[in-house]
Amino acid sequence: MTADKPVTGRVKTRWGSSAAYHSAMSTKVSWPEEELGKNRARQTLLSNTPVHPVQGAQVAPEIQYHRFIPGQPAPQDLGRPGGGGITATRSPDASGRKVSHKSSMPAISGWSVVALLIAFIVCLPILSVIWLSFNPEENIWPHLVNTVLASYIWTTLGLMLGVAIGTLLIGVSTAWLITHYEFPGRSLFNWALLLPFAVPAYVIAFIYTDLLEFAGPVQSGLRALFGWKLANEYWFPAIRTLPGAIIMLVLVLYPYVYLLARAAFLEQSASVLEAAKVLGGPSQNLFFRVALPMARPAIVVGLSMAMMETLNDFGTVDYFAVRTLTAGLYDVWLGMNNLGGGAQIATLLLMFVMMLIGLEKVSRRHQQNFQPTATRFRQLTRHPLSGRRALLASAACLAPVLLGFLIPAWVLVDYAITYFAESWTEDFRQIAINSMLLSGTAAATAVTIGILLSYSQRLHPTRLLRTSVNVSSMGYAVPGAVLAIGVIIPFATFDNTLDDFMRRHFDISTGLLLSGTVFALIFAYTVRFLAVAYGSVDASMKKISPHMDDAARSLGHSSVSILTRIHLPLMKSGVLTAALVVFVDCMKELPATLILRPFNFDTLATHVYQFASDELIGEASLGALLIVLVGLAPVILLTTTIDRSRELKAAGITTIDASGDTPKPATA
Amino acid sequence: MKSPLLRTLAAVSAVLSLSVAGSVLAAEEVNVYSYRQPFLTKPVFDEFTKETGIKVNTVFAKEGLIERLMNEGRNSPADLMLVANVGTLGAAVESDLAQRVDSDVLEANIPANFRDKGNKWFGLTSRARVIITSKDRVEPGLIESYADLTKPELEGRICTRSGKHPYMVELVAAMITHDGKASAQNWLAGVKENLARKPQGGDRAQVSAIAEGECDVAIVNSYYMGGMLSDPEQKATAETVNILFPDQNGNGTHMNISGVIMTKAAPNRDNALKLMEFLSNDVAQSIYADLNQEFPINPDVPASDLISSWGEFKHDELSLNAIIKNRALAYRLADEVDYDG
Repeated sequence: MTADKPVTGRVKTRWGSSAAYHSAMSTKVSWPEEELGKNRARQTLLSNTPVHPVQGAQVAPEIQYHRFIPGQPAPQDLGRPGGGGITATRSPDASGRKVSHKSSMPAISGWSVVALLIAFIVCLPILSVIWLSFNPEENIWPHLVNTVLASYIWTTLGLMLGVAIGTLLIGVSTAWLITHYEFPGRSLFNWALLLPFAVPAYVIAFIYTDLLEFAGPVQSGLRALFGWKLANEYWFPAIRTLPGAIIMLVLVLYPYVYLLARAAFLEQSASVLEAAKVLGGPSQNLFFRVALPMARPAIVVGLSMAMMETLNDFGTVDYFAVRTLTAGLYDVWLGMNNLGGGAQIATLLLMFVMMLIGLEKVSRRHQQNFQPTATRFRQLTRHPLSGRRALLASAACLAPVLLGFLIPAWVLVDYAITYFAESWTEDFRQIAINSMLLSGTAAATAVTIGILLSYSQRLHPTRLLRTSVNVSSMGYAVPGAVLAIGVIIPFATFDNTLDDFMRRHFDISTGLLLSGTVFALIFAYTVRFLAVAYGSVDASMKKISPHMDDAARSLGHSSVSILTRIHLPLMKSGVLTAALVVFVDCMKELPATLILRPFNFDTLATHVYQFASDELIGEASLGALLIVLVGLAPVILLTTTIDRSRELKAAGITTIDASGDTPKPATA
Repeated sequence: MKSPLLRTLAAVSAVLSLSVAGSVLAAEEVNVYSYRQPFLTKPVFDEFTKETGIKVNTVFAKEGLIERLMNEGRNSPADLMLVANVGTLGAAVESDLAQRVDSDVLEANIPANFRDKGNKWFGLTSRARVIITSKDRVEPGLIESYADLTKPELEGRICTRSGKHPYMVELVAAMITHDGKASAQNWLAGVKENLARKPQGGDRAQVSAIAEGECDVAIVNSYYMGGMLSDPEQKATAETVNILFPDQNGNGTHMNISGVIMTKAAPNRDNALKLMEFLSNDVAQSIYADLNQEFPINPDVPASDLISSWGEFKHDELSLNAIIKNRALAYRLADEVDYDG
């Protein structure tokens, strides 16, 4: 479309709907011209004013178009430095303010009120943790600064950097191979690469220690082979170290990046990539200059989930004696009996995460990517690889599956068989059912709330809502046990206040209504994993062109019917992905479950933990194996569903493509 | 999509709440928050239910139960809290979560140094913090006390768990009580000098490290040795070391305890008292002793055969209240000498 700029640069389809979408400008490709009209399609910035959901049915969207010349300072306040990248002046805000001013009525619509209320409730645990941090038992910082703080911080940074590099390398490269090439085992690896996701980090840490420590089979084998006897006679890499912890976390966390990168690559229409080629982009750069930048928001969502998991991990770092800030938090809380001090470290972690997310957002401020409308979607054709390259591709996909899943699963099966008689008890089935029901409910709740928040923000983006969503998403980065305390505080306060009130006025005690119930657990899971659900849902929703909304509006659809009849079907794979990830995460969740659960209530994770915490791996193995197996079912189910929904989408479109309506490079 | 979803939600919560409600509605019951693992507590509670007909409901967690109790306040359903170390017992009392329990049975069964002076916490089992040495590589007589661990001959030969683990902290807190802060700090720094590796793993891992030749000496809790020696898979590992009760010519071997408090809220106070007394009586004490190889707190109950075979030894009779008092200081020392670094 834009001939002013060759499309060998980053390919971006940018839309600025001043309200629902920040900055936009179309540098290119395949936005259906008929939808915009030829003249307006080029170099325009689209303002899409939200419509009142109640009265809105009949109100035509107000559309403002701004002329925008790439490479030059934008008109009015829509500043964007010529080279792209970080903007100095925040253009979308300016236009956003303009619109929200105009549409101050819709800002108090039902959607907004409900969304704000939910966002606020979901924020409560985080706010409680922050509140705790203002009430420390004593000031821990002089002591920490003088002693171990520097080491905590460096270790944390090292761990995060290592995990980031590892997950990106494995996740993105395998996702690219799977979506763009044909090689032996591809269709198998397509879903098998997700398997390590079902293995909890604390379990894999146990297993590899068991395998690689002195008494383990690897070193025993080496000793038998070379006739060594004691540990000091030979060198073997120590597993309980920082690099060891990095490898363990990478092995179980890369599926986050893989899952989202794969979905993003799959959703990239072949037409986009072809357009880039036609326009003269060197094909070997296609990945770095076109596909990767387009997939970046999704990849970053995956990466930030992996980072937050890294920050909240206590099991692995504790087991490996790696002194991260999280380990320090536990030290201060439990060792020094200073919960407030621990909360201060938690708040520090939160600021850390906020900074990361903020940096990321700034860097892609102008990078809203929309796919061409569905009618333009065309399936990718995969290039067959042969010979050594095919072998390499297979090996690259096999390695993470082998290390992250097959080996640990094999060890677990081995132990589970040995200890089967004492592990397979009556309670065991009930515990497994508990886990499934709980995780399923939490996944449904988190995804529903994620959709609600994301859609409200699309309808009426208010700063307040955005902030609350951001705060509640922090739940993922808080170590589970700390978040559990954050859940206990508002729940107990509510229960006790109500109880006080009832006692005073009606002389009845209502006791604890919410605290210590399954409801508290589901709430905690929802808060903890909302970031996952919201991130995935929101990424999908942002890919839906606001034009769809506009068109549907002008045809008289209400906001609810737009959501259910247009967005949800289009977002199916994103929603399923979100549900899958939350479900598996809940199955593995341990620290918050331990603290919040009702009496006599176990999940598989707590069941495993009671043995594992006392170094009884054998007894723990059957439960751990079941967590892994249960995690598998949805992995397989959902990978196929996601693929099918994509195939259907592709199938529906091929006819249109076949009619000769292929995307044409724009002419000036 | 929404209404089936909501329906599912409702159905699921119904199922879950039913499964929970069923267990809490039993007529006679007592509710326990436990920092001790279910495999230890369950056999004892089952026995209690069999004897008295009172059902015991439990929540087990390794952290956060104090905070839960604190926030639940007077409406907390918990009657008792079982705790794995004396520091947490102290923290619970400091946070004013425990109520005073005056019981002749408890006073008769539990020696004075193993219960709170104000009758707010009670020890239930005790374990000795022993030194273990490689049978092959450590000559007898080299080590007789904790202080000997700082000897220069032991450079690069000692393994321990983290200096911030409650068991290590309490040992150092006892040293502070006996000899003062400076002496304890020197000891901790001296042991650090002699460490073979960065402190890591639990007590069992230290035993394995000796068996594997990574180090020659370690400090562990007695019940881990008992546990390993009675586990066929770990017996061989545990048999590579000698068990040594330190400070027999001085203050005696440091003892730490697991214990119990009754919460202030305690809705089932009578049942809770029954359970406390039951836990200090011979039946429960022998179950604990046999199951986890801990020392019975009740002097009338013999230790397990295995533990008894190690012979009599002199306990450090220091009041645990003193250890609670110095615990925070001991904890800081670990950071100050960068013991884990």
